[in-house]
Amino acid sequence: METQNIYLPYIMQIEKVSEDAPFVKTFRLKFINPEDAESFSFKTGQFGEYSVAGVGESTFCIASSPTRKGYIECTFRKAGRVTTALSDLEEGNTIGFRGPYGNVFPIDEWKGKNLLFIAGGIALPPMRSVIWNCLDLRENFKDITILYGAKSVADLVYKHELREWDERPDVKLVTTVDPGGETHDWTGEVGFVPTILDKMAPKAENTIAIVCGPPIMIKYTFPILEKCGFADEMVYTTLENRMKCGFGKCGRCNVGKTYVCKDGPVFSLKQLKQMPDEY
Amino acid sequence: MERKLLTKDSYRSLITKLIGQNYQVVAPVKKDTMIDFLKISSFDEITEDYIVTVSSAKTVAFPRNEKLFDYEKQNKKLTQQDYDFDSIPQSVLIGVRPCDAFGFHSLSSIFCWDSIDKIYTTRLERTTIIGLSCNKSDDYCFCTSTKGSPGSTAGSDILLTKMTDGNYIVEIVTEKGAKLVADFSDLFTADGGVDKESLLAKVAANFNVDDVLAKINSKFEDEAFWTEQAMRCIGCGACAYVCPTCACFDIQDESHGGKGHRVRCWESCGLSLFTLHTSGHNPRENQGQRWRQRLMHKFSYMPDRLNTIGCVGCGRCSRACPVDMNIAEHCMSIIEN
Repeated sequence: METQNIYLPYIMQIEKVSEDAPFVKTFRLKFINPEDAESFSFKTGQFGEYSVAGVGESTFCIASSPTRKGYIECTFRKAGRVTTALSDLEEGNTIGFRGPYGNVFPIDEWKGKNLLFIAGGIALPPMRSVIWNCLDLRENFKDITILYGAKSVADLVYKHELREWDERPDVKLVTTVDPGGETHDWTGEVGFVPTILDKMAPKAENTIAIVCGPPIMIKYTFPILEKCGFADEMVYTTLENRMKCGFGKCGRCNVGKTYVCKDGPVFSLKQLKQMPDEY
Repeated sequence: MERKLLTKDSYRSLITKLIGQNYQVVAPVKKDTMIDFLKISSFDEITEDYIVTVSSAKTVAFPRNEKLFDYEKQNKKLTQQDYDFDSIPQSVLIGVRPCDAFGFHSLSSIFCWDSIDKIYTTRLERTTIIGLSCNKSDDYCFCTSTKGSPGSTAGSDILLTKMTDGNYIVEIVTEKGAKLVADFSDLFTADGGVDKESLLAKVAANFNVDDVLAKINSKFEDEAFWTEQAMRCIGCGACAYVCPTCACFDIQDESHGGKGHRVRCWESCGLSLFTLHTSGHNPRENQGQRWRQRLMHKFSYMPDRLNTIGCVGCGRCSRACPVDMNIAEHCMSIIEN
């Protein structure tokens, strides 16, 4: 795409739609223009602006791993105007995509370390990109543990991938649902993510923790990690703030002087603690 | 800086010739009770009877609404028509007060922060700014508190200063300005050596913006301070719309049938929906936090990240405010508290 216009999206075709949970869908998107597919690259943690012409743009992460070439995936919950319009689309439809924007998970720095992924609800998608990225480079890391929880069994996204991770001998997966969210045949844990994490008592030594979830989960998860001995610079998360442009101009996403779109969305807990409580 | 002289008759000829040569000439025009920057088709439309115009000159490079591209949807397929950069006219912006001219510096720092917004930069590149020094001011003006002055050349390509006989001192500030003077060299005559300073308005410096910059970060956590500061604010956003440096925008789609365009339009950090998440969570949920954002952006974040101040002391926000909040007073209370 030859353009000087930073607002002009790529046109992408929806190759595959999967329904991952009630109101939650995943699109596999392919570039219409082969040159765009050739020149496009991204790194794990980055996000984009997805648009339905006539409705508008919406911000979310790229949920696929950069190791899986030729397409990108996004997962969204039908919540606002744009995600409702996206939700109505079918395979073969075309949408707009701008990106990639933002910084990345520093996975090169994590070589030789244990990884502990902690996710809640619809926050697994941003983490799925980095999980698959690390699994595709499995030899670079030591133990990989994934703790994932949702309100109910139905709300767990990527169920087939959870099964795949569960069956892998080189991944330890722990799934949990909030009390009352379990079904009669549920074999996972029952309890909030921080509670289960506390029970797991993960070893902090040589371990990076990556936490994505609703604010309330994050709030109660950090102290447990601290209790387990995780240093602030060993804990990472991604922030989501309302955005329009994605590149530091529209003026919405800043937390103090920190722009989530440019300086984030990935932050260490150390960085987060230096930021004002404005997110 | 090279100086010339432009008689009032030559000024009329210059503007008339520019219009004749198909420049888009934008000037302060009196419309009903307001004076604003509008495209003119004759010299007689121009007025000089203003302290500052209601809206700022930023509209030339950052219009209220800008179509970013067109799209068309047919049978599930989306096609896009890119922005037509050739459609941006060569413009001459006249009667720009020094505060406004300097405002472009702040705006450019945002629109060129890493990703270059070529729509903005092309508009600005194709605009020659003819500034006009202030020979009068009012109580809202505070440019001298924010590193400006009624005769500052910063931001203008050419700065005119009106003399008592109605003719103008011409200061040629940039190469773009020099080119325009060269293109119409027969209209400009030798400088008469009149003292410019004596012609300028006297704007008292009531505070020094450096003191605001030094103090404001320490006020961030002082919730009571911001609550009190914003007590009167009704969150209308008028301050941002008239501000020469406010760049916050929204992106919206406008459609008619299957055709339409994506539009960038002005928005304001003072509006309650500005940062509202779809989930209902709002990081800036009260007006105190939103007012804090407005002032911190101008006097902390922009200096810190972009090495510029987000306020030029034009006083427009204070004039436009329906509840009479005066930004200069707020700056002073940051220094004093």
